[in-house]
Amino acid sequence: MDHQSKYEPTNGFTRWIDSRLPVVRMAHDSFIDYPTPVNLNYWWTFGGILTFCLVIMIVTGIVLAMHYTPHVDHAFDSVQHIRRDVQFGWLIQYVHANGASMFFLAVYIHMFRGLYYGSYKEPRELLWILGVVIFVLMMAAAFLGYVLPWGQMSFWAATVITNLFAAIPWVGEGIRTWLWGGFSVDNATLNRFFSLHYLVPFVIFAVVALHIWALHVPGNNNPKGIDPKGNQDMVPFHPYYTAKDGFALGLFLLLFATFVFYLPDALGHADNYIKADPLVTPEHIVPEWYFLPHYAILRAVPDKLMGVIAMFAAIAILFVLPWLDSSKVRSGRYRPLFQQFFILFVVACVALGWAGGQPAEGAALLVSRVGTIYYFAFFLIILPLLGVFETPREMPNSIAEPVLKKPDSPPELEPDSTGKPAPVPAE
Amino acid sequence: MAENTVAGGHHDDDVHRRDFLHIATASLFGVGVGAVAWPLVMQMNPAESVKALASIEVDLSPVEVGQVIKVLWQGKPVFIRRRTEEQIAQMEAVSVDALPDPQRDAERVQQSEWLVALGVCTHLGCVPVANSGDFQGWFCPCHGSHYDMSGRIRKGPAPKNLEIPPYQFVSETKILIG
Ligand code: HEM
Ligand code: FES
Repeated sequence: MDHQSKYEPTNGFTRWIDSRLPVVRMAHDSFIDYPTPVNLNYWWTFGGILTFCLVIMIVTGIVLAMHYTPHVDHAFDSVQHIRRDVQFGWLIQYVHANGASMFFLAVYIHMFRGLYYGSYKEPRELLWILGVVIFVLMMAAAFLGYVLPWGQMSFWAATVITNLFAAIPWVGEGIRTWLWGGFSVDNATLNRFFSLHYLVPFVIFAVVALHIWALHVPGNNNPKGIDPKGNQDMVPFHPYYTAKDGFALGLFLLLFATFVFYLPDALGHADNYIKADPLVTPEHIVPEWYFLPHYAILRAVPDKLMGVIAMFAAIAILFVLPWLDSSKVRSGRYRPLFQQFFILFVVACVALGWAGGQPAEGAALLVSRVGTIYYFAFFLIILPLLGVFETPREMPNSIAEPVLKKPDSPPELEPDSTGKPAPVPAE
Repeated sequence: MAENTVAGGHHDDDVHRRDFLHIATASLFGVGVGAVAWPLVMQMNPAESVKALASIEVDLSPVEVGQVIKVLWQGKPVFIRRRTEEQIAQMEAVSVDALPDPQRDAERVQQSEWLVALGVCTHLGCVPVANSGDFQGWFCPCHGSHYDMSGRIRKGPAPKNLEIPPYQFVSETKILIG
């Protein structure tokens, strides 16, 4: 992976810049002439999609902030004002509101990708941890933003989430009052949430920069999970992956546009069109879809404090994942048992999401309990043990080897182009 | 001078003096950071104007026997229930040992006809709905907590009884909350 910069300033001006602040060189080396494994599949396009989402959220957000009023008496009306009166406000507001959902959709796919292909393993632990930091910050941004329209769901989401902190023994109530700036969720709360909602995305932006930096030191992982051995395993980022990422982004934007133009409220809650009322809680309060699995874990545990701990632990455990997985084999392609448990894990996460949206009783409660147990067992029992007991499939010596082999050689180890591993004969 | 102390270090005294300077500088720096952080942290707490609105007076005369009203105090609902003779008797008869948060009815009221309790579910803060649930006191729709006519938690995830706010009767038919 020794990589000499190939950037050549073409004229006097760019040479002058380059010898003083080689920023163009840095961009060139990072996004144009950057050597990338030849075999990245479409699951690798979500990093670019996520960056695009962040930019969309910041641009639409700054515009919304020009028309929004963070005051309990005006917030709800100012969002309606944006939708009805501000020129193109309807478009910008719906792009921002649905954009949060698209952002989470992309980040969940991105994280499952990392999990399946072992992208958190040595030497990419810090890269993974920075990713989890971004995820936590995204959750904070989305929660804070959801409070701003000051509808019933906004208000009660803020109440329930801030009350989670009151479960902490001794200091909890003090922390809650401190977060509120009063004795309940009120004007002081809304005002500071707006300030923080404006801030957090820029912090995310900075962490994304670190994340990409941490990516460019070891380079990309790839579907085979083996290190590139030389030039035959690599292609420059541009035009190969700019084209692939661009195509994937186009498809993603089609989905995004479908929501914005045809189903703009499908992911929201009707109750949020009722102005916040501290005297009445809506019948059935549920968080946005992207928080449902965490909500299910919270409610799966009968004890209040333990429920809160379990919910935060479900996120915190991701930070130590690199040290929980004992297998040296990165890619799930070569781990037959891991594949089964991984599929179950995805099923458990989706099931938790379903259960989180139901009233916590009967079948939904059972599903959330089983799902919670499997979620933690996957990280704390299955991953540490698998590395010891599992016999990995035989791996090719390099990324290019199976491709460069003669066509009549057995296709044993070559996964097909959809990214699914081909059936492997028993040894 | 720098050369003397750093490179040389031949006097034991110098080493100690240098350590002392390091520790003193670091401590002073720590105090400075703390002094700057303190106001930045404290400004998040309730402002004086918010604290000033901390008490309200409620006229009880329009409340009928058997009725529950809600008033807003410090941004939170307060339930005021005027209980019937029968309800009072029922609540006083409940055996305390079996309760998740054991409290006698008498500990929760000043005049047994009037129950004054915060309308904030002790689970995660939703407003329970009056006259519903298994015990006909309150039911919290958020995660299913059931409270009785004394505002005590009987069933569900909430750990505590509905909190009793500080209040006093200022006359026969008037209370001051806060
Ligand atoms: C990580 C990026 C961001 C996320 C995930 C996010 C998320 C959200 C969400 C979920 C809402 C509620 C929308 C609704 O339900 O109607 C919202 C509202 C809002 N956001 Fe953001 N946001 C982000 C970035 C920003 C930025 C950078 C700004 C300002 C510079 C901003 C300003 C606003 C404003 C003013 C509102 C209230 C108006 C409305 O409800 O549409 N956001 N945000
Ligand atoms: S907030 Fe009342 S049961 Fe959870």
